Amino acid sequence: MTPEAPVAGVVVQRWNRLSIGFTSVFGLFAVALFLVPVVLSANSTEKMTSLLILVLLAAMWNALAGYGGLVSVGQQAFIGLGAYGTVWLVNHNMNPYRAMIVAALFCAALSIPLSFLVLRFRGAQFAIGMWVVAEAVGILVSFDQSLGAGSGTSLLALNYYSPSKRQADTYWLTLGMTAFFLVALFLLVRSRLGVSLQAIRDDEHAAASLGVRVVAGKRILFVLAAAGCGAAGAMTLANTLFIEPSSIFGVDWTAYMIFMVLVGGVGTFEGPIIGAVILFLIQNEYGNDGVWYLVGLGGAAMFFALLLPRGVWGAARERYGIRLLPLGYHLRVPRRPATRAAE
Amino acid sequence: MGWVNAVVQGVLLGGVYALFACGLALMFGVMRIINLAHGDVAVLGAYLVLVVLDHWNVSPFLAIVPVLPVMLIIGYVFQRAVLERSLRSGVLVPLLTTFGLSIVIQNLLLEKFSPDVRSLGGQAGSVVTASWQITSQISISAIGALTLGVAVAILGGLQLFLAKTPAGRRMRATAQDPDTAELVGIDSRAVYARATAIAVAIAAIGGLFLAVRSTFDPFAGPTQLIFAFEAVVIGGLGSLWGTLAGGIVLGVAQTIGEQINPEYSALAGHLVFLVVLASPRGGIFRLRGASA
Repeated sequence: MTPEAPVAGVVVQRWNRLSIGFTSVFGLFAVALFLVPVVLSANSTEKMTSLLILVLLAAMWNALAGYGGLVSVGQQAFIGLGAYGTVWLVNHNMNPYRAMIVAALFCAALSIPLSFLVLRFRGAQFAIGMWVVAEAVGILVSFDQSLGAGSGTSLLALNYYSPSKRQADTYWLTLGMTAFFLVALFLLVRSRLGVSLQAIRDDEHAAASLGVRVVAGKRILFVLAAAGCGAAGAMTLANTLFIEPSSIFGVDWTAYMIFMVLVGGVGTFEGPIIGAVILFLIQNEYGNDGVWYLVGLGGAAMFFALLLPRGVWGAARERYGIRLLPLGYHLRVPRRPATRAAE
Repeated sequence: MGWVNAVVQGVLLGGVYALFACGLALMFGVMRIINLAHGDVAVLGAYLVLVVLDHWNVSPFLAIVPVLPVMLIIGYVFQRAVLERSLRSGVLVPLLTTFGLSIVIQNLLLEKFSPDVRSLGGQAGSVVTASWQITSQISISAIGALTLGVAVAILGGLQLFLAKTPAGRRMRATAQDPDTAELVGIDSRAVYARATAIAVAIAAIGGLFLAVRSTFDPFAGPTQLIFAFEAVVIGGLGSLWGTLAGGIVLGVAQTIGEQINPEYSALAGHLVFLVVLASPRGGIFRLRGASA
């Protein structure tokens, strides 16, 4: 089918009934989420905050790996910087909630020069290169006595608020941030840039030969993911009130992100959200089982990578052809043969 | 400890990193993948030596002998059963698979051996404490010299294997172009499995020297993986002797950092790695020729 001779009756469509319906439901659901602190207890609000943080982290890691082909083992660099940036700004008399947003922007700003260094690497080299960056940043932060050095620090400024108000405000800010980054990613993937990004992921050299600006596309994703992970780190601090370098800069974050994205479906928009919900449920059920819980997470990551690389959602989408969010274009071919339609 | 001595100790320390790095470099050279569980495999080797020592009261250097064939088998089976499958589906899947394996190994070691920090230094005897005093400032420890010597011997042996033996030739051919190698009758999957087996066994030797020289625990693997990777990249990807040079550069960077402030040891290594990364050529030594 050549572009200049479109077959009669074939419709290029972005929306269909299911995706219109689901997008509306999804939007309504997001609005309903605003009511969580009003309706649920403070304890449940805290749990919902941690779920939203997981959703944000999964979406950001998927933006890198699923859309840009960049597997990073070092996103905890930005998670930690988001958290410690907030502490630093609050120590310098900034309002804690404003500090969280500024810290996320700081992560974005820092990721631009860093991208010139690490985006020279591909595949596994990029993965471990980022890991080294995260280790180096973690060590540097743990030298700073004003940030509590290696033994950690807490966000005392939030103690001025009553626990229920603090919990609710933290929740709303997390919801706002997560919604912002999901919408930003959604618009990015739908745009012309999104198409070129998927071309980069599928074959970098072929994409470059067609005039796709490979590095520029990757850089946009890298900066977006840095800001998103920075926001997630800041919100983690607000939710738990205490951080220490060894855990906030720990590679465990990457394990969680890989698990969520792989199980949900790498390279799909909906998959990582599903993966985040699955990880959240597992954490609540088995999180206290320690060793075997982590063995299970690692084993599941191996299982999905080898046997179900498209994840739960990717497999379901392929099997049933469902599209809940209008991300791509689809051709609807009429039931009658096209030649008859042209007569 | 003076600056010159820091450099000398760094060169000796580089031997350990070269031992970790050469398995990583071999797998990268042959299959173009990086095994994110490489450090954990090395730590697994150290624990296996520990198990042998629980049954026989011998030197750790003797206890590694029965461990090596076990590691060769583990590597071979792992490649055939798991990694081979992941190689077919692009660059992401091997990374994710080996990362998952890394978490599994760490936590199984934790379950089996408790989080206690262990060392094999006590059982290794006088080789750990002996040293030669060169000047009043500089001394060369026996264990350091032994590590570097073993590293050079293993790298040299690997180089000879790749350059001179039919199996090594097949490995080089597969590394260059697996499809064409298949056309002339080479079973690339068997070659890959052999490469992984060798890499895993050498990692266990690295784990042994780590355990004798300092300490290890179930979560010691990732740090060793990072150091190994830094050595590989500093040395220029895919060259064996470059790997030794990279290990030495990393070791010297760490001991000089330590000389400035004991806390700066790892950081100095990371910074040298990032500087090399930022340099236009992205690797100090790019040796051509009989590299894996």
